[in-house]
Amino acid sequence: MLSRVLRTHLAPYRRTLLAVVAFQTIQVVAALTLPALTSRIIDRGVLPGDVGYIRRDGAVMLALSFVQGFFAIAAVRFGARAAMGFGREVRSSLFHRVTSFSAREVAQFGAPSLITRITNDVQQVQMLVVMACTMAVAAPITLVVGLFMANREDAGLSWVLVFAIPIAGVVLGTIVSQMVPAFRRVQELIDQVNRILREQITGIRVVRAFVREPEETRRFERANEDLTRVSLRAGRLMSAMFPTANLLINLASVAVIWVGADRIGDADLQVGSLVAYLSYLVQILMSVVLATFMLSMIPRAAVAAGRIQEVLDTETSVVLPAAPVTVQPAPGTLEMRDVGFHYPGAEHPVLTGVSFRTGRGQTTAIVGSTGAGKTTLAGLIPRLFDATSGQVLVGGVDVRELHPDILWSTIGYVPQKPFLFSGTVASNLAFGKPDATEDEMWEALEVAQAADFVRAMPGGLHARIEQGGTNVSGGQRQRLSIARALVRKPDIYVFDDSFSALDLLTDARLRAALEPYTRDAAVVIVAQRVSTIVDADEIIVLEDGLVHGQGTHDELLATCPTYEEIVQSQMGERGAA
Amino acid sequence: MSGHEDPRVPGDRTGTDDEELDLAAPETRASGRHMAIGVPTARSADFGGSVRRLAQLLLAQRGTLLAILFTAVGGAVLNVLGPRILGRATDTIIEGVVGDGIDFDRLHGTLLQATALYLTSTALSIGTSWLLAGVVQRLMYDLRNRAEAKVHALPLSYIDKQARGDLLSRVTNDLDNLAQSLQQTLSQMLISVLLLVGVAGMMFAISPLLALVTLTTVPASIWVMRYVAKRARPKFIAQWSSTGSLNAHVEETFTGHALVKAYGRQPEVEARFRETNDRLFEASFGAQFMSSLMQPATMFLGNVQYVLVAVVGGMRVASGAVTVGEVQAFIQYSRQFSFPLTQLASVMNIFQSGIASLERILELLDAEEQEPDAEAAPHPAPVRGRVEFRDVSFSYDPDRPLIEGLSLVAEPGQTVAIVGPTGAGKTTLVNLLMRFYEIDGGSITLDGQDIRSIPRRQLRSSVGMVLQDTWLFGGTIRDNIAYGNPAATEEEILDAARATYVDRFVHSLPDGYDTVIDEEGENISAGQKQLLTIARAFLADPTILILDEATSSVDTRTEVLIQEAMNALRANRTSFVIAHRLSTIRHADVILVMEAGRIVEQGTHDELLERGGAYARLYNSQFAGAMLDVDVDLV
Repeated sequence: MLSRVLRTHLAPYRRTLLAVVAFQTIQVVAALTLPALTSRIIDRGVLPGDVGYIRRDGAVMLALSFVQGFFAIAAVRFGARAAMGFGREVRSSLFHRVTSFSAREVAQFGAPSLITRITNDVQQVQMLVVMACTMAVAAPITLVVGLFMANREDAGLSWVLVFAIPIAGVVLGTIVSQMVPAFRRVQELIDQVNRILREQITGIRVVRAFVREPEETRRFERANEDLTRVSLRAGRLMSAMFPTANLLINLASVAVIWVGADRIGDADLQVGSLVAYLSYLVQILMSVVLATFMLSMIPRAAVAAGRIQEVLDTETSVVLPAAPVTVQPAPGTLEMRDVGFHYPGAEHPVLTGVSFRTGRGQTTAIVGSTGAGKTTLAGLIPRLFDATSGQVLVGGVDVRELHPDILWSTIGYVPQKPFLFSGTVASNLAFGKPDATEDEMWEALEVAQAADFVRAMPGGLHARIEQGGTNVSGGQRQRLSIARALVRKPDIYVFDDSFSALDLLTDARLRAALEPYTRDAAVVIVAQRVSTIVDADEIIVLEDGLVHGQGTHDELLATCPTYEEIVQSQMGERGAA
Repeated sequence: MSGHEDPRVPGDRTGTDDEELDLAAPETRASGRHMAIGVPTARSADFGGSVRRLAQLLLAQRGTLLAILFTAVGGAVLNVLGPRILGRATDTIIEGVVGDGIDFDRLHGTLLQATALYLTSTALSIGTSWLLAGVVQRLMYDLRNRAEAKVHALPLSYIDKQARGDLLSRVTNDLDNLAQSLQQTLSQMLISVLLLVGVAGMMFAISPLLALVTLTTVPASIWVMRYVAKRARPKFIAQWSSTGSLNAHVEETFTGHALVKAYGRQPEVEARFRETNDRLFEASFGAQFMSSLMQPATMFLGNVQYVLVAVVGGMRVASGAVTVGEVQAFIQYSRQFSFPLTQLASVMNIFQSGIASLERILELLDAEEQEPDAEAAPHPAPVRGRVEFRDVSFSYDPDRPLIEGLSLVAEPGQTVAIVGPTGAGKTTLVNLLMRFYEIDGGSITLDGQDIRSIPRRQLRSSVGMVLQDTWLFGGTIRDNIAYGNPAATEEEILDAARATYVDRFVHSLPDGYDTVIDEEGENISAGQKQLLTIARAFLADPTILILDEATSSVDTRTEVLIQEAMNALRANRTSFVIAHRLSTIRHADVILVMEAGRIVEQGTHDELLERGGAYARLYNSQFAGAMLDVDVDLV
C-alpha cells in the first residue's frame, strides 16, 4: 500500500528526486573526502612539520567544504519540494476521489473518517517522505561511499566495521521493532481521543443540556490516560535509541584504536589514517542510525497509506456513462420502472418495485413512516445512489446513460437536512446557478418566502453565511436551501421533506407561491404532512420499502388503509377547527 | 524531590496540586481568571513569548526537571571527557611510534577507561531522555485535558462562531503536532546545549588558542540559525493556519457532499480545494526548506571549523605547542561541537512547528470563558417549575437587536406553546432559558430565583430538552438513551424506550439495543434518531421540558403515538413546546405567538382563535386549499 501511494504520487517529481540523489551524492563524496585530506595533513604536514603543505591542503579542504555545503542545500531544496508536492498530490487525488463518490460510498466510510484520511493520514505519510527526501537519502550513499573510502584508507581495520554495522543494525532494529507496535497503538488512541473531542464539539448543546460535562470529561480523561500511558512507553523506547546509537559509535571508536594500535605497532598503518578512519566510522554508523530511524517510521506511515489507498481504490457506485446521452427525447418527464435498492450485504432491501411516471406540471408525492425509504427514493433521481434493480428515467433516458451535466441541470434537489456553505447568501444561491442575476435570486427568495429576512440581514444578498449556516435559524436555512433549487428553474424538482422546519403559515405561503413557479416542471415531494401533498397528482405510500398504495388522495383514502391511518393521525389538528 | 523523579503515570493524580500546570499567561492571570466581556486576552504573539509560555508550563514539573538537569549534566561531562581520553590513547601510540614501541598495557588501560566512561554516560543520557519523555507526556496529558475542559467552559457563542473544522484542527492536529515536536526536540536541545558548554570548556582546557579558532565559527552559526529561524517562523504559522482552513473546507465539502453532487458542483469545490491545497503546499514547502536549510548550513560551518582546526592545529604541532593526540582530540571536539550545533539547528524546525501549534492551542485556551457560575445553594429546594421572563432583551449581534422587552410567565405544570414564523426568536428563548447564551437585559427567574444566580448544571439538570438538531454519540442505542440519566436501570431504559416508541424500531435492528450508532448516525433514519433523543429526555425525568420542533422529522402516525407519550411526560411538568404542527400545542395552557423577537399574542387556543389575529391566521393556513375537501370526506 505504502509503496503504491508513494509510486503514484511521487511520479510527477521523478526528475526532482533524481536531482536530489545526484546532489546528495556529490555532497556526501565531498564530505567524506575531508577526513582523507585531514589524514594527509597529519601524516605529511603535521608530523614532518611542513607548514606550506598544511596551508595548501587546508585551502583545498575549504573549497571542498563549500562545494559540499552548496550541494547539500540544493538537495534539501529539491527534496522539500518533492516531499511537500507529494502531500499536495495525495490530498488532491483523495479530494477528487471523494467528490466523485456517490452518497453510498460517503455513508460507507462516514464523512468524519474521510476527513481524517485526507488530513491526518496524509500528514503521516508526508512526514516520512519529508524525512526520506531531505535526510535519509544521504544514508545509503554515505554508507557505500564511506565504506569505500574507509577501505581505501586501511582495509585491515575493516573487520571492526564488519562487526559494528550488523551489531548496530540488530540493536537498533530491536528497539525499533518494539517501538513500531507502540506507535501504532498511539495512533489508534489519538484517533479515539480526537473522536471524543469531535463528538463533544458537535453535540455541545446536548452535553450541556443534560449536564453531562463531568461524564464527558471522565470519558475523555480515560482515553487521554490510555493515550498518555502508551505514548510514554513509545517515547521511552525512543529515548533509548539515540544514546544507544551514540554508545555503539563510541565503542566502535575504542575498538578501532585498539586494533589500529596493533597495526601501527606492526607499521601497517599510519597515525593519520587511523584518525581519518575514526571519522569515517562515525559517519558510516550515523548513516546506519538514520536508516534505522527512517525504517521505524515506515510501519506507522504504512497504516496511514493503507487507509488512503482504500479510499483511492473505492470506485463510485455511480459510474459515469461511457457514451453519455446529451439530448433528452422527452424533457421534463420522470419515470421509475420497478426500482429497487439495497446496500451491499444488507439483509433487507431499502426499496422494492417502485414504479411511477410524471411529467411537466405534475406533482408526485411520497409519504410513509420514517425509515420507509423515502429519502433513498428521492436520492435516486439526481444519482446520489444508483438503483440496484429497475430503471430511473429522466427525460426518457436512463439516468445512468445521461450526461451528468445534463442530468444535474435538469434537477433541483432540496435535501432533508438543509445545508448551507460558508460564503454569502448570494454565493449559496449561485450554487444552484452560477450565472444567476440578482433579480433571479430575489425572485427565488420571494417564492421561498426568504426575501424578507434576507432583506433584513446586513448586506442583504451579500450577508455572510457561516459554515453550516449556523448564523441563520433552521427554518431560514431550509428556505434558503429551497431558493437555491428554485433559482436554477429546473425541469424536475425533488423536495425531500423540505418543508418540515417551516411553520404552517410559511409552509402554506410557500406552496402557494411555488405552484405557479413550478408549473412547467415535474415535482417530486417527500412529505410528512398530508396538507402538503393532498393536491398531488399521484401519491405513493411507502412502507418498509414497499409500495402500499398509489393514486390520488381520494383514491387512496378509499383503497389504502396505511394512507388512511396517516391522514387520520393528522386530523387531530383539524378536529378542533 | 524524590517523589518527582519518576514521572507520574497519568492515572495517579493525587498530590499533584503543587504541580498544577499554570496555563494562564502572566498578563491574563493578573486580571483574574475570568476577564470582563469584550477585553481581548493580551497574549504575546512573538516566538520568545510563546517559548516563555512553554517554559512556564514545563516549570510546573520542577522536581523532575531538576532530576533531569542532574542526569543531563552528568552525561554531558562524561561524554566530553571521552575524546580527551581517546586523545591520550593516540598520544600513547604516537609516543610509541616515535620512541621504542607502543606501551600496550597503558593503551589498553586507557581504552578500557574510555569504555567504562561511555557506558556510564549512555546510562545517564538514557535516564535524561526517559525522564523527559515523562515530562512531555504529562504536559500533553494536561494540555489535552485543559483543551477538553475548555470546550465545556467556552460560551456557546464562541463555538457557534468558529469554523468547526478549524476548532477541531486545534484540539487534534495541533495538539498531536506539539506532542510529537516536544518529544523529539526537548531532550535533544537540552543535551546539545550541555554538550556545547562542556566541549567549549574542555577545548579551552587543552588549548585556548585552538579553542578560540574553533569558536570563531560560532557567531556565524548563531547568525545563520537566527536568520533562518526568523524566516521559517511565518512559514510555519502559515502552514498550520492553511492546514486549519484546508480542514474547514474539506469538512464542509464532505458534510455537504449530497448537495455538491446533486448540483454538479464538483469542479467548483475542487477549484477551491486546489487553491487551499496550493497555499498549504507553498507554506509547507517554504517552512520545510527554510528549516532544512539549517542543517547543511551549520554542517558547512562545521566543516570550515574542522579545516581551521586541522590547519592551525597542524601548525601548532609543528611548532611543538601541542601534541598530535591533543589535535586529534580537538578535531573530535570540533566535531562534537558542531554536531550539537547541527542537531540544534535541525530540531529547531520541528520545535518551531510545535510552537506554531502551541500558539494555536493557547489561543483556544486563552479564549474568554463563560461567566463563572454562582455558588450553589447548600440545600436547593426542589424545583417547582415556575418560569418567568421579565422584560428580557437579547441579540446575537449588537447591530441587530433580536429580542426586546419580552415578558412571559409559565406556572408550574403549565404547557407553554410558542409559535410564530421561523426566525422570530423561538429557539433563542430556549438558548436563553438554558443559559446557552446570557441575556443582555431584564431577567429570567426559576421559582422566583434569577437563573444567573443558579449554577448552570443545577439549572440544566432540572430542564429536559429535545432539539430539532438530533445529536447522538458513537455508542449503542442503550447508551444513547441512558445519556439522559446515567444512573438509570435497564428496566427504566426499556420503559423510556417503550413509552417513546423506540422499542418498536429497535427490534428490527440486527443487534437490538446493542446496535452501535456510528459517528454520524448514518445507520438509522432521521426520524429514528429523533425518537432516541425523545427517549433520552424522557429518561432524564426533568421538572421543565423543552421540545423544540422535537417531532418535525417523525412521521405523523408515529407522532400521534409520541404525542400520547409526551402528554404523559408533560403532566406535572412545566413544558415549553415549539412546534409547527398545531396539534402538538392545541391543548397548551398558554400559546405565545412570536414575531420578530416580540410576543404579539398570548392566550389559550380558543381565546386566540376568537381574537382572529395572527394565531388564527396561522392556524387556518394549514387548512387552506384542499384540506377543506378532506374535511368533507372524513367528517
